[in-house]
Amino acid sequence: MTTVAAPSAGTALDRVDGPEKVTGRARYAYENVPADLAYAVVVQATVSRGEVRAVDADSVLQLPGMIATIWHENAPRLAPVEDAELTVLQSPRVAYRGQVVAVVVAETLESATEAARLLRVDYRPEPHDVELRPDHPGMYRPDHVNPNYATDSELGDPDTALAFASVVVDATYTTPAQHHNPIEPHATVALWDADGLTLYDATQSTSGVRATIAPLFALPPESVRVISPYVGGGFGGKGAPHAQVVLAALAAKQVGRPVKLAATRRQMFAVTGYRTPTVQRVRLGADEDGKLSAIVHEAFEQTATIKEFAEQTTVVTRMMYAAPHRRTSHRLVRLDVPVPTWMRAPGETPGMFALESAMDELAVACGIDPVELRVRNEPTIDPERGLPFSSRNLVACLRGGAERFGWAGRDPEPGVRRRGRQLIGTGVASSTYPVYRMPSQASARAEPGGGFTVRIAAADIGTGARTVLTQIAADALRVPPAQVRMEVGDSALPRASVAGGSSGTASWGTAVLRACEGLMDALHRRAGDVPPGGLEASADTAEELRSQRPLSRHAYGAQFAEVGVDLDTGEVRVLRLLGAFAAGRIINPKTARSQLIGGMTMGLSMALLEESVMDLEFGDYLNRDLAQYHVAACADVRDVDAFWIEEEDPDLNPMGSKGIGEIGIVGTAAAIANAVYHATGIRVRDLPIRLDRLIGGGI
Amino acid sequence: MRPFAYERATDVRSAVAACVAGTADGAGAVYLGGGTNLVDLMRLGVVSPGVLVDITRLPFDEIEETAGGGLLIGAGVRNSDLAAHPLVRRRYPMLAQSVVAGASGQIRNMATVGGNLLQRTRCSYFQDVSKPCNKRVPGSGCPARKGDHRNLAVIGQSEACVATHPSDMAVPLAALGAVVHIAGPGGSRQVPMPGFHRLPGDAPERDTVLEPGDLVTAVEVPPLPFATRSRYRKVRDRASFAFAVVSVAAALDLEDGMVRDCRIALGGVAHIPWRAERAESALRGSPATEAAFAQAAAEELAGTTPLPHNAFKVPLARNVVVRTLLDLVEAP
Amino acid sequence: MNGEGNSGPVFADPITADILLSVNGDERPITVDTRETLLDTLREHLDLIGAKKGCDHGQCGACTVLVDGRRVKSCLTLTVTVDDREITTVEGLAVDGALHPMQAAFVERDAFQCGYCTPGQLCSAVAMVREVADGWPSAVTADVSGPAALDDDEIRERMSGNLCRCGAYVNIVAAIKQVGS
Repeated sequence: MTTVAAPSAGTALDRVDGPEKVTGRARYAYENVPADLAYAVVVQATVSRGEVRAVDADSVLQLPGMIATIWHENAPRLAPVEDAELTVLQSPRVAYRGQVVAVVVAETLESATEAARLLRVDYRPEPHDVELRPDHPGMYRPDHVNPNYATDSELGDPDTALAFASVVVDATYTTPAQHHNPIEPHATVALWDADGLTLYDATQSTSGVRATIAPLFALPPESVRVISPYVGGGFGGKGAPHAQVVLAALAAKQVGRPVKLAATRRQMFAVTGYRTPTVQRVRLGADEDGKLSAIVHEAFEQTATIKEFAEQTTVVTRMMYAAPHRRTSHRLVRLDVPVPTWMRAPGETPGMFALESAMDELAVACGIDPVELRVRNEPTIDPERGLPFSSRNLVACLRGGAERFGWAGRDPEPGVRRRGRQLIGTGVASSTYPVYRMPSQASARAEPGGGFTVRIAAADIGTGARTVLTQIAADALRVPPAQVRMEVGDSALPRASVAGGSSGTASWGTAVLRACEGLMDALHRRAGDVPPGGLEASADTAEELRSQRPLSRHAYGAQFAEVGVDLDTGEVRVLRLLGAFAAGRIINPKTARSQLIGGMTMGLSMALLEESVMDLEFGDYLNRDLAQYHVAACADVRDVDAFWIEEEDPDLNPMGSKGIGEIGIVGTAAAIANAVYHATGIRVRDLPIRLDRLIGGGI
Repeated sequence: MRPFAYERATDVRSAVAACVAGTADGAGAVYLGGGTNLVDLMRLGVVSPGVLVDITRLPFDEIEETAGGGLLIGAGVRNSDLAAHPLVRRRYPMLAQSVVAGASGQIRNMATVGGNLLQRTRCSYFQDVSKPCNKRVPGSGCPARKGDHRNLAVIGQSEACVATHPSDMAVPLAALGAVVHIAGPGGSRQVPMPGFHRLPGDAPERDTVLEPGDLVTAVEVPPLPFATRSRYRKVRDRASFAFAVVSVAAALDLEDGMVRDCRIALGGVAHIPWRAERAESALRGSPATEAAFAQAAAEELAGTTPLPHNAFKVPLARNVVVRTLLDLVEAP
Repeated sequence: MNGEGNSGPVFADPITADILLSVNGDERPITVDTRETLLDTLREHLDLIGAKKGCDHGQCGACTVLVDGRRVKSCLTLTVTVDDREITTVEGLAVDGALHPMQAAFVERDAFQCGYCTPGQLCSAVAMVREVADGWPSAVTADVSGPAALDDDEIRERMSGNLCRCGAYVNIVAAIKQVGS
């Protein structure tokens, strides 16, 4: 087969799974129905710390249709593993309010739900500690921060540099806890049979779930199969398995029947992860021209008592701007709270809100245009790692974005532009995200009847991975995309890395490309002849990745916001949002734009709306639904657009691509906060920017 | 959700009888209209009736003109039909505006006028059965006072309860002095708004003056010719599909730059849709100026007793009252 | 609201009803628990998985279906109440295997990412275009007594009952505008 097709990469191919999704045929995890299925519903702790003394399992078993009540005294034993979030129902300890203390299983969803409501659980409560304060006596220095960065960094003498700087910004910023809230709740259907355990799971990594779950049940990985062709959004929340996967498997084991289990929306606020709240102090020292001499960025965050997750909030500051004297740090406190986890651009998202707000404050203090200020502090090499950049086009994004946005001639004076009853302002912030690539495997197969099948246990959580990998494969096989059948979302396929860290296209694309190249070689050796059983080649990128030379690899962007703030009410509306990005080669402009504006939309939502409110008296997140935890609705999102500059970077991967799933959210909140300052003269350093912060601030 | 019997009523008498019988049974019976709040609360375990009496097939889905030029709105009229009705839009713009400012298109297609008046508070503690709440479990306490109360009441609240009424529609209805028609076990009666809703006092479990078995059959909106110059302004955190932080319904009758008459009610500030009678009397006969509006708003809000995290609602309400009245002055 | 009791747990038997449900033109005889929502009936008993469960409290719109042509939240609709209604789900939008113009526009405009809110967005959009044509006002209609246009502001306001966490709103608005005009 030597058909020559026009390259598909670079073209705006419609999503290959579009028809399934718009017709309702796409089957998500909870929608799988093995025979003899039973329904499981979880029961959550109503104390925030203490012990379960007793569970009145017998009473609810009298309910019609009840199959089992499972709690720590009767639950199947799990093998001990380090991750206490997953060793569910193994001990009487309650580490946070909302932790799962029992599971009920019944013939119908209605009966299981009612039994869960009625189940009486007796606790011995203990006083809790759930309040994040930077001066908390329990603050400690974690060994490292996510995923494996040094906790602290220091270069030069930042204290002295700050003392002698002409201009100093010293400000504290806070970001609240935020919940991912994918519209598909976390769900698992678990099925045990002679081959082992099958899980239909809503996950960003079928290979990862298999690797994590198998040891819990003392199974070899090959005895666990995780199937997840469609995932209704993840944003990091489905990156690593949470309690519900284990609970479903455990319940199915206990009752000897397939079981389906989904977290309810309210339960998701306790059991499926969230972004830690942060308190961040940023100090910038500069000369009168805005040239930075010192950057100090300190973050204070929380984690759970049962598991450490240390978000890398200030790591981004290590590479963003040039300055001879610098320090970053992370301090963590273990509280009686749910377990935090990755949420879209963990680290960069809260960290860049603080840094980019502070940069705006510095621009104001120096009387320098904020675009110009950033350009002046552009480093020539990675300031802390000392490595060259593989490519760095932040300045091009700032300049190109400014031009397209109409930034030139902006009057920096705050609080002076009116349109009707609205104060108008504009703001800018930089974006960045690291280029990660992880080892993966893939196979490519020429089918005897024509066409190709390419397999990899990748996850398309809405990113367009299935489509983009199809394009990469089609080009490598030199056929139109329609001749490639892409199979993803199944741990039985060649092992792949998580859909996280914006690494999917780079990691999986490399594996797919190498497998297809291998197949083309094999076909070439056979002069194009496909044997009756088909012809297959596979690839593993572990070796290739090890040989990658050390460079500082990041994507960059600049975001521009225009806001209107109602003079009477303080309501903030984002009138325009424009992102300019430099992210290597864009493989599918249609899905790429969706990813970028999707991230920006989530950033807008974070800036204005999102806050999980800790109930200090009871120790849980209080606003546990989508009427109280507001995410942006259609009416909040007006003119949001993104474009990218051409970027050739040969030191990335064979596709020349950088990740685009997360960079869109980085910097958005700062751009909006900076625009709000420009509109009103009020500097909001605490997210979200709700009207009470502005009414109270005296617009 | 607790199992419940489902009965579909075909006329008012049988509906009331079914509800009374269900209640007498000890199971607890409730009327089911659009279900947008009731089914939600049943799923939360806040309400666990043993019998649901479906009243959506009762002949309550008409909007009729009354003799004096008002409207009689059936309790079963869906919110979207109310807002789309030509007479509502022409005669009472603030009523149509309030309805479309509420919830979402899907919910407005389901929710009924009667049910809208009977919405329960959105206070987080009320909705969480694992925590105390005097409205849900009388005498259990009110954690909102010390806890989260950003969205709760600033006026008319009690030690026992600081909840707000979540309805948008009820705000202009209170301003208009709408009359709630009720059929009950003892016969029919009519209760004018805002008297239909109760302040919490020491019995916050009772939102309204309804007695067991009472069924709202209609809402009568009296004629008010100057309501053609009326407006509903809703302030909310999210641009749409969010409950009011504060809202104002206002109608203005102007003559030669003077306020001849006016109607003002506030939402999001109290346990009831708050009729701003002090502001109204302050304004009648005064000039239609920003200073007079500000003075009237200040008089109304002098009685507020905000909590630490919702004090912002007082200046917010003042601003919105003033701005809404100014907008009405400027309206063509 | 009367009927609220706090008399402790009541262990009652489920109550069922035999009804005939009309879905996408098919009459489906079914026994339902009175507690069952239309959403759960569709998904758990009729294998019509297009309507999605996102919040189960009427707050996300993923469960949107049409009842007698009007968009409603199937998660707040008790199945037992709609035995005499005509229900249309996303599976019923396509005609003779051809995508409904709204479905085609969503694909063309990339008006979704994960696809989970999409069936609800589609049902909502199809009904919403009709609501505008029928002259229903919205919260952004300047003159509530006059007609409304299908412009961007109107589409955004009227589609706000359907949350999309992937942030495809800009493309959703573009797709609807394309179909509606």
